[in-house]
Amino acid sequence: MVSIVLPRLISFEGAPRRSVSVAERNVAALKSAYWVVLISGFFEPLLYLLSIGVGVGALVGDLTLPTGTVVSYAAFVAPAMLAASAMSGALAETTFNFFGKMKYMKLYDGILATPVQPFEIALGELGWAMLRGSLYSAAFLAVMVGLDLTSGVRALVAFPAAVLVGFAFGALGMALSTFMRSWQDFDLMGSAQFALFLFSGTFVPAEAYPSVLRWVVEVTPLYRAVHLVRGITVEGGGWGELVDVGYLLGITALGLVVAGRRMGRLLCK
Amino acid sequence: MAKDGVLIQARGLVKRFADFTAVDGIDVDVRAGEAFGFLGPNGAGKSSTMRMVGCVSPPTAGELKIMGMDPRRDGPAIRARLGVCPQLDNLDPELTVRENLTTYARYFGIPRRVARERAAELLDFVQLAERANSKVEPLSGGMKRRLTIARALVNEPEIVLLDEPTTGLDPQARHLVWERLFRLKQQGVTLVLTTHYMDEAEQLCDRLVVMDGGKIVAEGSPRALIDRYSTREVVELRFAGESQEAFAGKLAGLAERVEVLPDRILLYVADGDAAVAEVHARALTPASVLVRRSSLEDVFLHLTGRTLVD
Repeated sequence: MVSIVLPRLISFEGAPRRSVSVAERNVAALKSAYWVVLISGFFEPLLYLLSIGVGVGALVGDLTLPTGTVVSYAAFVAPAMLAASAMSGALAETTFNFFGKMKYMKLYDGILATPVQPFEIALGELGWAMLRGSLYSAAFLAVMVGLDLTSGVRALVAFPAAVLVGFAFGALGMALSTFMRSWQDFDLMGSAQFALFLFSGTFVPAEAYPSVLRWVVEVTPLYRAVHLVRGITVEGGGWGELVDVGYLLGITALGLVVAGRRMGRLLCK
Repeated sequence: MAKDGVLIQARGLVKRFADFTAVDGIDVDVRAGEAFGFLGPNGAGKSSTMRMVGCVSPPTAGELKIMGMDPRRDGPAIRARLGVCPQLDNLDPELTVRENLTTYARYFGIPRRVARERAAELLDFVQLAERANSKVEPLSGGMKRRLTIARALVNEPEIVLLDEPTTGLDPQARHLVWERLFRLKQQGVTLVLTTHYMDEAEQLCDRLVVMDGGKIVAEGSPRALIDRYSTREVVELRFAGESQEAFAGKLAGLAERVEVLPDRILLYVADGDAAVAEVHARALTPASVLVRRSSLEDVFLHLTGRTLVD
């Protein structure tokens, strides 16, 4: 009797614990050349900020936002770089790394022979990606405060927003990865990612686009992310940002469910 | 616990992929403490069966109970008590040998301290203690396989599933693996293995089923299967020339059964030496003559008309 009931209780207790064990594996793997990848994730948005925000900003001068607020170009671009770096950090972990582990390292085949279930792998990998992304966001926000591009209090509020952005893109990336057939498919995703990076109100206010295009831009995830983070670091946040939060939460949930289901179907044939 | 100590019970178990039927309605009972084998050629449905038992592949139809539980519902609880050594090693290449064990233990929720102790014991058991801090990649095939076996034991499983445990290993590495598996069996661990090597099946299995085309064609202990489906001895004759077939007619009445293979003729007889004498008495001069005991290979040949390893 005990031998039948006990394992069930243990497995019931398990879902969060098992997800954590998946993330733990990545900590153990940290020791390799992986550090280089981690560091590059921090410097990339910083270089953009310095070259475009500060450099191009000197030519552009100040901007007047639709709300009437006047900001320096660097203060306008910085939150977009933060959102974009949260996006690319999350995507790097949940697309390339995730796909490599699933298809080539066959890591998840081994893990699924244990009590860990597909959805828990997705959750664990996403949690890890977020831990990594959060470090970038915190460092970048510190730089923003240092350059006087936002206040300390606003940076503290922007931090969880940036983490949410990471969650949304991480879950989305993981779901997309389960549909990828080979590395070639990632080129397509890279292009889409770059288009988002350029046209999500990152360098130019979305109001500058023709109205049809503007509508398209406003439903893309990076636009919502930039809108959210900029709303906080530039204007201190308001009710308008709740739409962004809802949108990003929705993407996170959808991405996780799709990724878990697809993994189950791919790996538990 | 399940009745009569039956740990794995399958009835009419079926696995279908699109329009291909990999497992076609098999009945299996694996009892606690035995070493049970699935013997058959590639594509017989052995691995598909193992994946269903390992609760990573839902059965298409039929009944499957593992330790009294249903894989469809109790997957995690069953897998917590299984050890799995897959056909292709899927060790973690980014971790060291030791970390492969400690990390894997964490998936089972084993506390870190216990995981470290167990990893040390298991590395001793599979004779890899000296390579504990090495990455996986530079290990030989035999070492990787032993590490995979160690990994399968990290949760102290009641049943260990081994899919082709020595395929691709050189003879020395195979014997080392067999010796470790035999020791596990002595410790009372239930072993379930697939193989297409008859010597492996004979060495390790208390009981086995012969699978072909997704179906079970025979079941029993290696000895019982040989007694039932083959003769005591076999004479292998190789004739010089293009076709063995041409000589087959001249051997009529010499043996209980004659099998003509592309490269040799097998005579199934009770007394091999007597049969060889008779061959010579008929003025036949084969290029080579070998008298041996019957093996599972002969059982398989008799049951399916094909050899195990093509």
